[in-house]
Amino acid sequence: MAELITLTINNLQVSVPKGTKVLDAARQAGIFIPTFCHDPELTRFGACRMCIVEIPGMRNLPASCVTEATEGMVVHTDSPAVIEARQTILELMLANHPMDCLTCGKNGDCSLQDYAYMYGVKTDFFQGEKHNFPLEDDNPFIVRDMNKCILCGKCVRACAEIQGNNIVEFAYRGFDAKVTPAMDMPLSGSECVFCGNCVAVCPVGALQEKVLRTTVRTWEVKKVKTTCPYCGTGCNFELNVKDNKVVGITSCDGDVNGRALCVKGRFGYGFIHHPERLTSPLIKKDGQLVEASWEEAIDLVAQKLSDAKKQFGPDALAVLSSARCTNEENYLMQKLTRAVFGTNNIDHCARL
Amino acid sequence: MTNSIEEIAKADFILAIGTNTTESHPIISLQVKKARRNGSTLVVADPRRTAIAELADVHMQLKSGSDIALLNGMAHVIISEELWDKDFVANRTEDFEALKDTVARYTPEYAAEITGIPAQTIKEVARGYAQAPSATILYTMGITQHICGTHNVFAVANLAMLCGQIGKPSSGVNPLRGQNNVQGACDMGALPNVYTGYQAVTVEDHRVKFAKAWNVSELPAQPGLTVGDMLEGASNGSVKAMYIMGENPVLSDPDANHVVHALQKLDFLVVQDIFLTETAALADVVLPAASFAEKEGTFSNTERRVQRVRKAIDPVGDSKADWQIICNVATAMNYPMRYASPAEIFDEVASVTPSYAGISYARLDKEGIQWPCPNEEHPGTTYLHKDKFVRGLGKFNPVEYIPPAEQPDREYPLLLSTGRRHFHYHTGTMTQRTGALEVHYGTEYLEINPDDACAINISDGDMVRLTSRRGQVEVKVKLTDVVPQGLVFTSFHFPAVAINKLTNPVRDPISKIPELKVCSVKLEKA
Ligand code: SF4
Ligand code: SF4
Ligand code: SF4
Ligand code: FES
Repeated sequence: MAELITLTINNLQVSVPKGTKVLDAARQAGIFIPTFCHDPELTRFGACRMCIVEIPGMRNLPASCVTEATEGMVVHTDSPAVIEARQTILELMLANHPMDCLTCGKNGDCSLQDYAYMYGVKTDFFQGEKHNFPLEDDNPFIVRDMNKCILCGKCVRACAEIQGNNIVEFAYRGFDAKVTPAMDMPLSGSECVFCGNCVAVCPVGALQEKVLRTTVRTWEVKKVKTTCPYCGTGCNFELNVKDNKVVGITSCDGDVNGRALCVKGRFGYGFIHHPERLTSPLIKKDGQLVEASWEEAIDLVAQKLSDAKKQFGPDALAVLSSARCTNEENYLMQKLTRAVFGTNNIDHCARL
Repeated sequence: MTNSIEEIAKADFILAIGTNTTESHPIISLQVKKARRNGSTLVVADPRRTAIAELADVHMQLKSGSDIALLNGMAHVIISEELWDKDFVANRTEDFEALKDTVARYTPEYAAEITGIPAQTIKEVARGYAQAPSATILYTMGITQHICGTHNVFAVANLAMLCGQIGKPSSGVNPLRGQNNVQGACDMGALPNVYTGYQAVTVEDHRVKFAKAWNVSELPAQPGLTVGDMLEGASNGSVKAMYIMGENPVLSDPDANHVVHALQKLDFLVVQDIFLTETAALADVVLPAASFAEKEGTFSNTERRVQRVRKAIDPVGDSKADWQIICNVATAMNYPMRYASPAEIFDEVASVTPSYAGISYARLDKEGIQWPCPNEEHPGTTYLHKDKFVRGLGKFNPVEYIPPAEQPDREYPLLLSTGRRHFHYHTGTMTQRTGALEVHYGTEYLEINPDDACAINISDGDMVRLTSRRGQVEVKVKLTDVVPQGLVFTSFHFPAVAINKLTNPVRDPISKIPELKVCSVKLEKA
């Protein structure tokens, strides 16, 4: 066990292992501190300063995400000085933010909005110079709007540390600073694999899922946690549902994958509502497959299989079950084959 | 997998054989990358210079189908340099002498001759693997889709046991499963020789137990037909009717023309799927199934983790969940099959399957559980073979190298290998219809080495006719040194490039897996 130290946060005594940062100590005690650039899964960046706190004896207001808690330390997380400083940070961010919240896909799920509301920051403070970066939407997965970027650097770290790819980096300085693939190319001109793991961590609307964020408002969706239907890794994610339709996929905390997904898992859901989905049983009549009722189709299947069994014996029947169906369905399929058809002729394409 | 996915990141040495992990299992490759960042050694054995090979410390660009020579060569080095784990071999294994005899012939020089990998490299990799505190072997179809696929797997297991690199954290033999629920389909007994949890149909006790659970007087004792044998049976008339659920053998199986002929000869074919696949188009009855988003259930991933699938929307159109359709068919055949929900089916699975006995929906709602999980208190099993192997002692199964069934010759001078692409999946039924993936990666191409292309006067983007002894397809070429000279590569995701018209249906005699990774072809401008 690591050595414990005790500090006081907002008059509350908190004991944490030595080495814990003030932010994490506060969170452990259930005390809220706003953050933009901090993410528990990524290396600490300490750049946005939204997480500042007041610690008597320390000069300035230190960023709690990178300040280590020490024995006897006293911390105020929302003293007047802290609140004023946070308001100033937000004012500066909003001053050159394109104020199109009304139509932004992240409206309702944006840290900048939330904190502006929380600290009562209005937008008419300084009207600073606005960016005029072109909107990047030339790929079918991700829209990048660098005008909305707050330079928290989470996407840079997610790409490097979660995805292991180093596609996006900080470029330029001062007002012109932005995150971009090498040589200021769009993602489509880089080695980007469109996993969207950068999108999953962006706290604002700078990175958005193209289809999801242009189809529904963030608050309209119901989220259902499930398991990916593609490869055998078994990533978990949330289906975003509106009006009985799957409109997109977002990360949740998966057992295997955390928030990481690959392009198939995150953006490969369109088949669910594809117009070519089979929506009715079909029976071949005169060489053509024509629509039929369930009753007719099931009766025909039962009759034909029973006939074949009677005439040629159970082993004249064979079944291919599916590596894509659920365990329950595979179980029933072999039960049907063995108990009802009376044969062990069941297999699936595991070998492929 | 004998280990868990997250254990890969902590392995000191990773040997990835015949797996292009970054493309086929992207999220597993994140663990490999993490291990690399933590300073572990990554060795990739693959005929192609794949994305994961680019990340490797050592890329062993072996000749297609020469894996056994490589693995035996490594075992030879490890034995002759006394690097093997003597305790492990003495206490946990048997038949070591047989292995020693067999690999004696596979000097690194001999292995080098067969594989094309320098003897010095084989020696260094062997030493690295044997001496690492923990070492894991990852593989996929690049190992299994050969006529000697089962022997390849034996050679992998021999190496792991020889070095005691199995049965401990981050050390083991880890096949990465290609499809979401291959593991589960096998676990559930969708195989010709076993019930759930690999309980053999040939054992009378098992038959009696299942007959009782299923309320029938008896169950067949004779193991059934494998996919390949079913199709053979269909074409020779011994199989008369088939029921195919959620599979598309016309595109996924080798020698597609033969598959179509076989299915056409059936008296009756019923196909249950979410789309009118190439296989469904041949059916007498097509039953519309619900997708994963429209039903409750579970999948078991490649690390044996059982996880929930949850219903988010109602079935599209008049489709139904596969489990409901199966119940209806059974009931119509006078075997009433009624379940209130998949949870009830799962409880029945748990009641007849020792390795799933402790798993329930209530537990899965909190987190996925890795089998074996014999009772409700059991936390599940992160890695297998800790203190003993399933059969007790681990048996060395020495194996000899045999070349692929087809070799390049005057008429068919190139070798074709097939596999997967990052942006697509399997036969493309789903990924060709997403509105995104196929927009981004819309046409398939054939990878060919620039030197080979130059020799037959073909340039990048040309349309070519690719022909094997079984069939032909037309495809665009891409000149790239990802493939070595003599090898061409493409995927099986695109119906327009139905590459399995060409592939060789010759199968491994034990696993019955076809040799999809090697067949000889020729190429001409279309
Ligand atoms: S989509 Fe993935 S690869 Fe591309 S920039 Fe984002 S994290 Fe990196
Ligand atoms: S794009 Fe988003 S995640 Fe990346 S730096 Fe900007 S605000 Fe942060
Ligand atoms: S998200 Fe990607 S890596 Fe994860 S299970 Fe799905 S296909 Fe596999
Ligand atoms: S969250 Fe602490 S500096 Fe950004």
